This record gives sequence, structure tokens and C-alpha cells, in this order.
Amino acid sequence: MSIDIDTARRVAHLARIAVQEDDLPELARELSGILTFMEQLNEVDVEGVEPMTSVTPMRLKRREDIVTDGGMQGKILSNAPDAREGFFAVPKVVE
Amino acid sequence: MSDLTKLTLAGARDALRKAETTSVALTEACLAEIEDAGALNAFVHMTPEIAIDQARAADARIAAGEAPAMCGMPLGIKDLFCTREVPSQAASHILNGFRPEYESTVTQKLWDAGAVMLGKLNMDEFAMGSSNESSVYGNAVNPWRRDDDDAPLTPGGSSGGSAAAVAADMCLAATGTDTGGSIRQPAAFTGIVGLKPTYGRCSRWGVVAFASSLDQAGPMTKTVRDAAIMLGAMAGHDPKDSTSADLVVPDFEAAITGDIRGKKIGIPREYRMDGMPAEIEKLWADGAAMLRDAGAEIVDISLPHTKYALPAYYVIAPAEASSNLARYDGVRYGHRAKLAQGDGIVQMYEKTRAEGFGPEVQRRVMIGTYVLSAGFYDAYYNRARKVRTLIKRDFETVFAEGIDAILTPATPSAAFGLGEMAEADPVQMYLNDVFTVTVNLAGLPGIAVPAGLDAKGLPLGLQLIGRPWEEGDLLNTAEVLERAAGFVSKPSKWW
Repeated sequence: MSIDIDTARRVAHLARIAVQEDDLPELARELSGILTFMEQLNEVDVEGVEPMTSVTPMRLKRREDIVTDGGMQGKILSNAPDAREGFFAVPKVVE
Repeated sequence: MSDLTKLTLAGARDALRKAETTSVALTEACLAEIEDAGALNAFVHMTPEIAIDQARAADARIAAGEAPAMCGMPLGIKDLFCTREVPSQAASHILNGFRPEYESTVTQKLWDAGAVMLGKLNMDEFAMGSSNESSVYGNAVNPWRRDDDDAPLTPGGSSGGSAAAVAADMCLAATGTDTGGSIRQPAAFTGIVGLKPTYGRCSRWGVVAFASSLDQAGPMTKTVRDAAIMLGAMAGHDPKDSTSADLVVPDFEAAITGDIRGKKIGIPREYRMDGMPAEIEKLWADGAAMLRDAGAEIVDISLPHTKYALPAYYVIAPAEASSNLARYDGVRYGHRAKLAQGDGIVQMYEKTRAEGFGPEVQRRVMIGTYVLSAGFYDAYYNRARKVRTLIKRDFETVFAEGIDAILTPATPSAAFGLGEMAEADPVQMYLNDVFTVTVNLAGLPGIAVPAGLDAKGLPLGLQLIGRPWEEGDLLNTAEVLERAAGFVSKPSKWW
């Protein structure tokens, strides 16, 4: 399976990473190389094998459904590149 | 007392308890050593004020008696750990300026035990790399050099700064994290000990996530005993990490008895790779002989799916990374790209991530996105997870047959030159993880122990893999190997 330029462009967009048009052929080549390496997995007989979900068998704990935290707006916004009036600010999303 | 920075944790603990030195003296000695070692680029953010405050508090606690083993120990912390109000940016441009409002559980446990933070350590960006060359801070440099040239070598990765700092005696020990070998490979490249605990032994809360089903924090130390001491302070259940194990933390140091008589040590035939350097082959055989001489039984074993561990890892880890790294969007923290007139939110995401992530991180996020995308999820991601089940089953089978630990080389070579892999295919770099990655996929504990020098005078390590939750037994075997190998070499100081 090799990745063509259109697929590379689509993957970059899905990943929300801007890639210059000129860089797409190289990206496609690199991604194809990595996928070729992964293709070895097709040699393995995985018939009837469960995909791993948890490496150590354990029941996920449930915590009590109570408020344990909160009231720290200032701390939450303290690292924001753009925070105004107690909110994260982003470019206009809705016209 | 001279050479304070050369002390082990065990040695420093004893010296502090006998009042032969103070934590402040140890800390000042380390800070001076770090000042001197700029050429190694191991420490990337220094925290001397915090360090001295913590050291003073530790000295008071020691004077009052009953101080825990880690009390007063000056440590380096990998930049992947969030440390309150101290830059924590996973060696990435995208987290430029990020100062967490919270402390990771592992570092908090260390501070609660009285340890001292000297600063943050260099690493590969988001822990993705095997050479510390993908760091926004520039390369960390191995204190070791080949006998016959001055070429700068990699300390390995991703915990390259941690490894360089411990090997060069800038700190008594350091934290690392290991997703595919990121503690054990740099430990082997620098002649120190690196332990990846069982998945779930240490809380992942507050550790910048790379691949959540594989990531595990662990100690990087000068000796096996030190790894036991430090793990005891890092480990333990944490309600904030739902995958952290609710198990009592045993006294790992007490498990080091020096007696491995009757233990069964497996030698997996699939780890004998084509083209393995003769030196590595010999080191491995010598290691097996040492354990046999100590009374262990050496058993040939088979782990048939070993060959598929790397390709499975390079599906699963990027898939999880693409999901984990989706949070870096320029909204809540870190870098946001300057936008052009008319740019909307999608352009903000795309430009921010293109500017903020380095090439290897971008590559892995995109591979992960691809293998999770509609139409490929089953062919790649689900297949890799099935292969992972088989890899884990291989280990379960040999453990069920009575194997106590498995001995393998830690790395396929000694440290290589910085820049040497620059032109290589990304897959070539991935091969560094060939002996370590199975352990993460199976969630097992693994430890790298320095075992010898290659023909050019560079350290080589062996890896021991243990049963889940039996780090104590693993450390005991590792200590026997360490003692038998008698590795005492240190890099000669050129920096």
C-alpha cells in the first residue's frame, strides 16, 4: 500500500497540520515507507485473536459521582495564548 | 566530603543519615556540576531556587530523624513531567512558555519523599525519538566519546538528557519515561541503569501523554539498588490515573538479596538478529554465563512474535499519539500561530500545529491519523492490536513455564554519532527499539544494566525482563548481573 499525493494531502488535513503543496511528494514517500514496514503484520495469523484493549487485566474503577474540583478559572486560563473576559478566545467560528 | 555528585542514592542516603554531608551541600555541588556541563545540553531549565529551598527542608527533616530514603536527593526531571510553575514543554515548540498550574503525581511523590528538583532535562520532542535529536532545545550530548575520535555521540532517546545528566554526575538520579525503550536505550548508551516498571506501577497523571497504553515513568540511576530506592518513591496507586494499579508498593530494595539460585533465566532465540554485532552477541553470552555462575538456570526460550513487535508498535504508538496530541490546538496553552487576514479556526489549528510540531512528531501524528482513518482502522490498527495480544501471550507462555526473567541485549549497537542517522530512513531509527519495544507492548517491567564496553570504549547494556509486578525479583537478578559484570567505567571529563 503506498500513499499518493492526494492521500498525503487528505491525511495532513485530517491531522490538522498545514503542509505546503511542494512538500507533499516527500511526505507521501515517507509515509509510504513507514506503511511498507508495517505491512509485515499481514504475515501474522490473527484469526480469532482479540485485539488488546488493556495490557494489564483490570476493572476500571468508578469514582463517586460528586464534584471534586473546580472554581479555578484563573488557573485554567493562565496558559492560554488568548484569553478574554474569562474565556478562551479563538477566531470567529460562526458567521 | 569530595566528589559529592558522584555519590549513589544509597551512598548519599547513608552519608546524610550519618550527618557526613547535607542536602544543601549535595545540591550545590550538583548545581555547580550542571553549570560546568553546558556542552552536554542535558539540563534545559534550571530551578536552583526551588532546589535550595527543598534541600534546606530536607536537611531539617533528616535532622529530625525518620526521613525517607529519597530525602535530600538532588534529581533531574525529564521535561515530559509537568512541574508546577516550572516550564514543562516536552521539548516541543508547541508548548513554548507553558507553565503548568499542577504537579505530576510522580514528581509530587518524589517531593513528598523529600527529593530535590535541580531542573528539567532534555529529551526527544514528545518522547518521540531514539537519539534526542528531535528536541526543540537542540541535541543532548553523550558524555562518552569513542576512544579514537572526538565526534559527539547521542545519549540515546527519548530520555537522552536524563541519561547524560546521570552519567556525567550532574545529579544523583533522574526521572525518565519509556514508551518503546526511552529509558532503557539511553541508559545502555550512557552506562547507567534504567528501569521501566510494569505498566500501571507509576501514575501517568501529569506526564505529557505520548501513547497512553505504553507510557510508563521510571528511574534512571547509577546503580540497580538506586533504581529500587527511587522506584519505591515514584510508584503507587493514584485515583487520578485509572490505569494505575491499586497494589501495595513493596520494599524493592529489600528484595535485593543477591541470591538468584534456582531462578530460571530465559534466552529468547528470536532476539538473535541477523547482522547483530559480534560484541553484542558476546556481551549477551557473557551475561548469561554470569547469571549461571550465580546459580541461575539458563533456558533457551522462544517468543515467536518478536519480529512483529516493531511494526505493531509503530501502528499503535502513532495512533495513540495522534489522538493524544490533538489537544495541541493553540487554544488552551502553548504556541498559537500568527494568523493572516480572514484565517478561520481551521487555519489556526493547521498553522499552529505545522509551526509547533517538529518533523518526527508531524510524521507520527499523520501516520497515526492514517491508520485510524475510516477504511484503514481494521487493516492497520485493529490488526496491530491483535498482534499485540499475541506478543503478550508469548511472554505469558514462557512465564507459565516457570521462567523468572528474560535476558536480552538492551540495544542493537553502542551509541551512534549525532547526525549520523540524519539521512537515514525514519524506519532505520525505529530499529533502535527492537529489543525494548516488546516489553512495552506486553506491559512488563524491564531494566537495562551496564555490562561492558565495546571495542571503542563505549558502554553496552543488557536488558532483563521480569514478570508483571515483580520488579523486586527483577531488581534482585539485575543487581547480581551488575555485580558480576563489575561495570565501573565512567566517561572521562572533556566538557
